[in-house]
Amino acid sequence: MARRVSWISSTILLFALLQVALYTGLLAAIPVPALTGRVNDYAGMISAPVKADLETKLKQFEAAESTQIVILTVQSLKGDPIEDFSIKVAEAWKIGQKGKDNGVLLIVSKDDHKVRIEVGYGLEGKLTDLMAGRIVRDEIVPAFKAGQFDQGFTNGVSAIISTAHGEYKGKPKTEGNGDKPSMSLLFIIFAVIYVIYQIFRRFFWGGLGGGFFGGGGGFSGSGNNDDNFSGGGGSFGGGGSSGDW
Amino acid sequence: MMKASVAKIVVFFLFFSTLSGCGYNSIQQNEEAVNHAWGDLESQLQRRADLVPNLVATVKGAANFEKETLTAVVEARSRASAIQLTPAMLSDPDAMAKFREAQGNLSSTLSRLLVTVERYPELKANQNFRDLQNQLEGTENRISVARQRYNASVETFNFSIRQFPNSLTNSFMLKLKPKEYFKADAAAKTVPGVKF
Repeated sequence: MARRVSWISSTILLFALLQVALYTGLLAAIPVPALTGRVNDYAGMISAPVKADLETKLKQFEAAESTQIVILTVQSLKGDPIEDFSIKVAEAWKIGQKGKDNGVLLIVSKDDHKVRIEVGYGLEGKLTDLMAGRIVRDEIVPAFKAGQFDQGFTNGVSAIISTAHGEYKGKPKTEGNGDKPSMSLLFIIFAVIYVIYQIFRRFFWGGLGGGFFGGGGGFSGSGNNDDNFSGGGGSFGGGGSSGDW
Repeated sequence: MMKASVAKIVVFFLFFSTLSGCGYNSIQQNEEAVNHAWGDLESQLQRRADLVPNLVATVKGAANFEKETLTAVVEARSRASAIQLTPAMLSDPDAMAKFREAQGNLSSTLSRLLVTVERYPELKANQNFRDLQNQLEGTENRISVARQRYNASVETFNFSIRQFPNSLTNSFMLKLKPKEYFKADAAAKTVPGVKF
């Protein structure tokens, strides 16, 4: 009886949530675009070499300090304030590592001439609203005003990196890795056993089995590869600064 | 004798297993979420109030800045700081209305101040003032994010005490009242005009 009631109530709740998700989705003027990489240039503002350069820079920074910085350009906000759109994107993409909340979103709307730096909770200590405001005002806007978008993005990203530098140390964690270390430990133990087994087989049974490390290929799957870049689960609270040019 | 105690244990377990099914726990959880969201919102409002003295001091430095705009901000701040709302008062419509009105008043006097500043080029060029303006804008944005999150948590909570099996649990056991939304104040919505 109790099980049944809880099942019904959870179904009702699920439907309610679905409904809410549906309505907020319908009300939104522009949908959240897909996260394709560290540089999401939907408005086509960044030239190819600069884009590649930014990608490497951001990737290196994440590898060194685990802080994730993502760029998004859109053609138009269709009347939405950039702050509303920006927090929506940041919440959906979950930039930054879970628990550290060290994500930054640099968002630009081409037609509206608006730019914003959205800062995750964990970086608000160094990349304060004040610092974000200065970066927008002094590094990005002057270049954008002159029509030099590449320069603006390069300047902005360098300034964000040097400001956020030192807030976090260490390697990026993969999602869900933190709460089950025993699984990877088990995997390593099995892998070691397997390798020892292979060695024994090779030496005592005359190498009938062939390959030495036949099953050892499973290690490369961990870590944030650039091929499948994704947000690490960071959260945002509306920190950062906006500007226009 | 033995039978009676076994029956007691069975009733005891039945009682608690129905509790989790009738929403008792989820109502508690949702109320905690509302309190948490309220705490976040309050800390952002506090942060704004803390910025005001700095802002006033900076603006005062500008040559003959009009006094009444500044006084209005200072008064609105002290009124807003005087009204505190504990989580226990979140279901009290009157208390919430007062709180909202005081905070909304501070919002509108602050935005009037920022509009007035447009007439003082030397102030606009002041690095200190621009930094403060960034902080103030950032805080306003955080407040609006925190407000949306608070309202969303209130919606979840209010729904959870009204939906079917939970509504019985609430009316017989918990007797919790629906929480009040923190709506944007009407005064804060109207953009002050610029007069030259």
